[in-house]
Amino acid sequence: MLNGIPLYWFLLISAALFCIGLYGVLARKNAIAILMGVELMLNAVNINLLAFWRYVAPSSPAGLAFAAFIFVIAAAEAAIGLALMISVYRNTRSVDPDKLDSMKL
Amino acid sequence: MAYSEFDPSQFLAIAPEIGLVLWALVILAVDMFSARRIARRTLGILAAAGMAAVLILSLLIAVPPAGVMPQIGSDPRSVLGGMIRHDLFAFVFRIIFILAGILTCLVSIDFRPARAGGEYYALLILATMAMGLMAASNDLIMLYLATEASSFALYLLAGFMRDTPRSAEAGIKYFVFGAVTSSIMLYGLALIFGLSGGQTHYGAVAQVLAGADTRMLAVLAMLLVIAGFAFKTSAVPFHFWTPDVYEGAPTPFVGFLSTASKAAGFAILMRFLVYVFEPPFSQASVVWVQLMQPLAILTMFLGNLLAITQSNIKRMLAYSSIAQAGYMLIGVTAFGFAYSRQSPEAAADAVAAVIFYAATYMLTNIAAFAVVSIVSQRVGSEQISAFNGLGRRAPYTALGMTAAMLSLLGAPPLVGFVGKLFLFRAAISDDLLLLVAIGVVNVLISVFYYLGIVRAMYVERSPDDEQPIRIPAATAWVVLVSSAAILFITVASMQFWSVALDAAKALLN
Repeated sequence: MLNGIPLYWFLLISAALFCIGLYGVLARKNAIAILMGVELMLNAVNINLLAFWRYVAPSSPAGLAFAAFIFVIAAAEAAIGLALMISVYRNTRSVDPDKLDSMKL
Repeated sequence: MAYSEFDPSQFLAIAPEIGLVLWALVILAVDMFSARRIARRTLGILAAAGMAAVLILSLLIAVPPAGVMPQIGSDPRSVLGGMIRHDLFAFVFRIIFILAGILTCLVSIDFRPARAGGEYYALLILATMAMGLMAASNDLIMLYLATEASSFALYLLAGFMRDTPRSAEAGIKYFVFGAVTSSIMLYGLALIFGLSGGQTHYGAVAQVLAGADTRMLAVLAMLLVIAGFAFKTSAVPFHFWTPDVYEGAPTPFVGFLSTASKAAGFAILMRFLVYVFEPPFSQASVVWVQLMQPLAILTMFLGNLLAITQSNIKRMLAYSSIAQAGYMLIGVTAFGFAYSRQSPEAAADAVAAVIFYAATYMLTNIAAFAVVSIVSQRVGSEQISAFNGLGRRAPYTALGMTAAMLSLLGAPPLVGFVGKLFLFRAAISDDLLLLVAIGVVNVLISVFYYLGIVRAMYVERSPDDEQPIRIPAATAWVVLVSSAAILFITVASMQFWSVALDAAKALLN
């Protein structure tokens, strides 16, 4: 199927992409880069879903519908994230999460 | 077919949500098109009145039919293509969310720093709507969409005070934490989708998973999904956002976030785990049944121990809300064990205990945050010392706050005591004696900080002791109504318990 590429290749790619995204979220010093990490994680999920749809249940539209909903959610999430970042930037002139520490014990 | 064929009457299953969406649009339109800028307090009252109307209408027309006998391989309550389960469990949670929304709208009117306009109330209504869908969701796609829809509205509300650095910071912290945990949850959902051979309906997924030999991967997927639930309920180890978000976000909204959002988290947690990983048939279910107990213990201890050290009242209530999530996890633990030994009565008891506790916690905590919202504005400080002398400056409000604190603590005549009694009783009937003992120890720890507030109000003196604090009407009503409910529900607790028990039974058949 698909020129002999087995399902687990897609799952490995997806897992790797997910881990890169998670690493980006945890390690980057810029809120925009964190948002990009989150997008990578969502795209990893989409690869996963579409691979499962193609290999496991190609006749059911559920996988495609799920993936399409995730596009929409990811777009909305980016819009909300950027809006919140702008309001933080206006207050502190920075989007470095390490500098967001006005509330500590 | 695992669910009922479509017919238009099934829209009754989401009638409350339809009503809430329409009302949110009405609020936005009124705000936008009114000739002179409409007074903000009118908008708040309008939002609360609309939600009350939706609640009453749904109670009249949209109560799910009881007593539908389940047949093998079909679920007549599962409607709209299996996306939604129209049962009393979801409906009771909806009542909790809408009541929380109404009370929060009223408190928000008097919270000047938020300058709450039409978009604030519209977001609050939309968050309530999405929580209703969370409680009713019966499908992986619906679960994810509803969870995200409620989170989006909550992120924006947490960062609503754009000009206040701490609120903007709360918004972005909540957003980053929420976006990451929801992506982790989504990865788990995608794995479950694959493992079940492309099914998304809970019942269909469970059937495939129970027969498949994919235990390790199923356990991994389940743990990823539980991470998302733990974020929603602010359970350890996904609680880190709680204190910062609670401290920075608009105070009346925190009352909503700490109660309705947490209740919604428990609704999806219980429904998902028991429908998809049904013990003892699902091999992976052993893991969640065993996992809930340490999660409850850690959450209770962390919340209660760190709450003692706080000097900011909102941070203290944040750790208190983590601890309360721990108490509710006792009920979930008992539920898992009861279900595993196939005792439907004990399982229903445990679910009902969680529902009862979530409902009473909603009333108590919203009363507490209403008082905090007013006192912090009048005194100009969110420190616990702002409450010094409140017993003399605003005697009735102080009395309401005392009732709320004692109820959160679980002192006998108040409803928090009854709720904890139900939770502990459910755990005892499953021989979880150690867990109950730890719960009691935690209640004793929490005496320090809850009574610390009471002590500040009545024993400590403040330089302004002689100046009374004026409490605005809407907030005063919220405090009065919820503290009256804190007392009244104790008296009528058996009636409320039987409703919770019916809801729990609706979840289980």
